[in-house]
Amino acid sequence: MKSAVIQLPGLNRDRDMIAALTKISGKAPVTVWQTETELPDVDLIVIPGGFSYGDYLRCGAIAARMPVMRAVADKAAKGVTVIGVCNGFQILLEAGLLPGALMRNASLKFVCREVKLEVANANTAFTRAYAQGQIIRCPVAHHDGNYFADAETLKRIEGNGQVVFRYAEGTNPNGSINDIAGVMNEAGNVLGMMPHPENLIESAHGGTDGRGLFESVLGIAA
Amino acid sequence: MTKARVIVTLKNGVLDPQGKAIESALGGLGFAGIGSVRQGKVFDIVLEETDPARAEAALKKMCEQLLANTVIEDYSITIG
Repeated sequence: MKSAVIQLPGLNRDRDMIAALTKISGKAPVTVWQTETELPDVDLIVIPGGFSYGDYLRCGAIAARMPVMRAVADKAAKGVTVIGVCNGFQILLEAGLLPGALMRNASLKFVCREVKLEVANANTAFTRAYAQGQIIRCPVAHHDGNYFADAETLKRIEGNGQVVFRYAEGTNPNGSINDIAGVMNEAGNVLGMMPHPENLIESAHGGTDGRGLFESVLGIAA
Repeated sequence: MTKARVIVTLKNGVLDPQGKAIESALGGLGFAGIGSVRQGKVFDIVLEETDPARAEAALKKMCEQLLANTVIEDYSITIG
């Protein structure tokens, strides 16, 4: 399993993502800078978190228009697995690869804490190492994680099982509609999520609940 | 040269927590009778294009592709 991590100015969770992928897959991902127009032949593309372009205009808006994102869209259309975490999720939404939008947290505050996630659909390439309805721990750190989609879109993604993770009851940190924490595209190969599974993968992190996502995608038995 | 102003606002029905916070701050300052506050963005753009119709067409593309996220935002363009 070969993976690539996209790098853009202002992203700062790339190091954590590279460390997680390296530890779990045993192979370091290649890094790809924003100006690249082609991606290497990989099975997994990850857009990590951070504050690309200083969150100017809208979070992820400018990053989504960089050349590398056209290459990511091409790969996604060909079925390559793509994961965006936090700012990476915002970028995938702005690039039109996922439905909906992320808005300022309802509290207007930056939220940095651990939440509980419910695996809303365990029958995906991203969650097969988890059980349906399993509650996992996961850290969040964001200012704009308030997921929104219009009623029609919401009905469609709920009906299709595209809601992959929800904030477990009482832990919604940002006002997201239907407690949505992570969604995938209709084809099931592109996932975006606000929480940071890469920050809970070894005992030094205080837990390993995030490993299941990487093990699912990398095809490693849990 | 064409001068244009683009205004981007949240669509009706989309929650605007910043607008809500401003609304309550205005109330706190003693401004009574405020129905609601919605916050938006203003872009003043100067184009080399002199033909208003072509300028407007270009601005519309800019709005669709970057200035607004049409999932949650509406935009309006004023020229001149």
